[in-house]
Amino acid sequence: MPLHPLSPAGDLAHDEPRPYVWTMNFGPQHPATHTTLRLVLKLDGERVVDAMPDIGYLHSGFEKLGEHLDFNQYVTIADRMNYVSPMANDVAWHLAVERLLDLETPPRCQYLRVIVCELSRISDHLLCLGAMGLDIGAFTHFVYAFNPREQIYDIFEALCGARLTNSYTRVGGLMYDASPKAIAMIRDFLRQIPKTFRDMDRLLRRNRIFIDRTRGVGVLGRDEAIRRSCSGPVARASGVPRDLRKDEPYLAYRDFDFQVCCADEGDCLARYLVRMEEMRESVKIIHQAIENLPSGPVNVGDDARTILPNKEAVTSTIEGLITHFELVMTNRGFSTPCGEVYHATEAPNGELGFYVVGDGTARAYRARCRPPSFVHFALFPHLIRGHTLSDVVAVLGSLNVIAAELDR
Amino acid sequence: MDLTDAFPGMAIDAFRGQTRMVVLVESLRETLRTLKEQFGFDMLVDVTCVDYLHYRGAKDRFGLVYLLANTETNERLTVRCFVNDPQPTVPSVIALWEGANWLEREVWDMFGVRFDGHPDLRRILLPELFEAHPLRKDYPLQGCGERHHFPVVAREIPNP
Repeated sequence: MPLHPLSPAGDLAHDEPRPYVWTMNFGPQHPATHTTLRLVLKLDGERVVDAMPDIGYLHSGFEKLGEHLDFNQYVTIADRMNYVSPMANDVAWHLAVERLLDLETPPRCQYLRVIVCELSRISDHLLCLGAMGLDIGAFTHFVYAFNPREQIYDIFEALCGARLTNSYTRVGGLMYDASPKAIAMIRDFLRQIPKTFRDMDRLLRRNRIFIDRTRGVGVLGRDEAIRRSCSGPVARASGVPRDLRKDEPYLAYRDFDFQVCCADEGDCLARYLVRMEEMRESVKIIHQAIENLPSGPVNVGDDARTILPNKEAVTSTIEGLITHFELVMTNRGFSTPCGEVYHATEAPNGELGFYVVGDGTARAYRARCRPPSFVHFALFPHLIRGHTLSDVVAVLGSLNVIAAELDR
Repeated sequence: MDLTDAFPGMAIDAFRGQTRMVVLVESLRETLRTLKEQFGFDMLVDVTCVDYLHYRGAKDRFGLVYLLANTETNERLTVRCFVNDPQPTVPSVIALWEGANWLEREVWDMFGVRFDGHPDLRRILLPELFEAHPLRKDYPLQGCGERHHFPVVAREIPNP
């Protein structure tokens, strides 16, 4: 039964003295927090009476940097927000910029972006579910879940040369077109990944210990999920059938046949199962995208003066050279409208959106990131109240809080 | 009911297919309540702020941005509200959406805009001792030397 919070805001400084309530510090460098976030827990015996998250350990001023880097440079910072699925951040950032510039990317680019988004969704969910099992004590499950992530990193390496900080997208296109080798690797991956899902299911889905520790823990109701701005798998596990890929189709998501995975229970087990099913849907989407990959250019044309031309065009044609210099010289670059746009994408963790303000120059006047981890971590005291200390890691794992995105 | 009929006299326009409206700070809370209860904008997606200090043609200093979404019809609406120095203050919307709690704390932390009625308006990302509001446009990119002048925590050394 959830206990009442000590004070409405969860502020531990002002509550009445209760000598039997212990204060325990959790983090910022605890193996189960995965990254640097800190919780101050108030315990009555083993029961958590209240929790106060203390964040900001990884704050590095990403939004301030966004006002000083141009639209193509900032993608390197967007990479580092949710470093578990950097491709999804790249795509989210450049979709917002392209909306500001009113650019439509060619179909091949859209399909490739869908593929990398869904690959990073699988990568993110594999880490989240693997680590959630690890925190609860299922070490083998973690190893099985973590292994295919290596394959995804190899695919990203074949696509753009970088494994972790990809910076794959550009304004109006992509850094490179997908090579036949990369496409063969993706096909290979699609053949092998269902085995991983089967292994994960066999290890945990009917595991008594796992179910006992996740069912009914950290329950989030449907109305609460909406009132507390939840999105993504967390909201869908609480019965909010909201998926921006279906609701506001961006990129080429309209072309694919897939389902939105929902659950009603809203507990940690539901969040686990929703993520598990979402990975299967992602595999379906990648299958369709890779088999129907359109041919044609991957970038908007050079004469649009928005995409950096490839090196061959720069060194061999005068148009390429001019476009290159027009974009990279300090007093030139993009011409943006004076306007403000918000573009949201369905990132693995939830709604990842960028609010971009243009002021006519090549840099964003304001580059606000709407981070799903930040909104979801605010839920934490509400979810953990009344549960035991050992449930802290289960709830934390099911929310998939990535501190770099949390603090930016 | 149409937005323009429900809010006569308010600036409602669209940019890149996104509807947005500008609300006076006095009527902000009432407008948001109406939008939530009568227009079904039941989800507050984000609260953020823009500092228009050097923005061409801007008359006001801070623009608060409320991004609303309707989870039934999937409509979106951007509500903006302008406030000025000194002591920029807007009413808090926690009573309408609990998700506003941390989002408003972040705006206070980064821009120094106060939220009237917020139960726990403390800094969230920066340490309590930090004095400036770094996303304001008059704050330099490399900071004001806070890292170098940050007070070192004094620890008691046990007697040998």
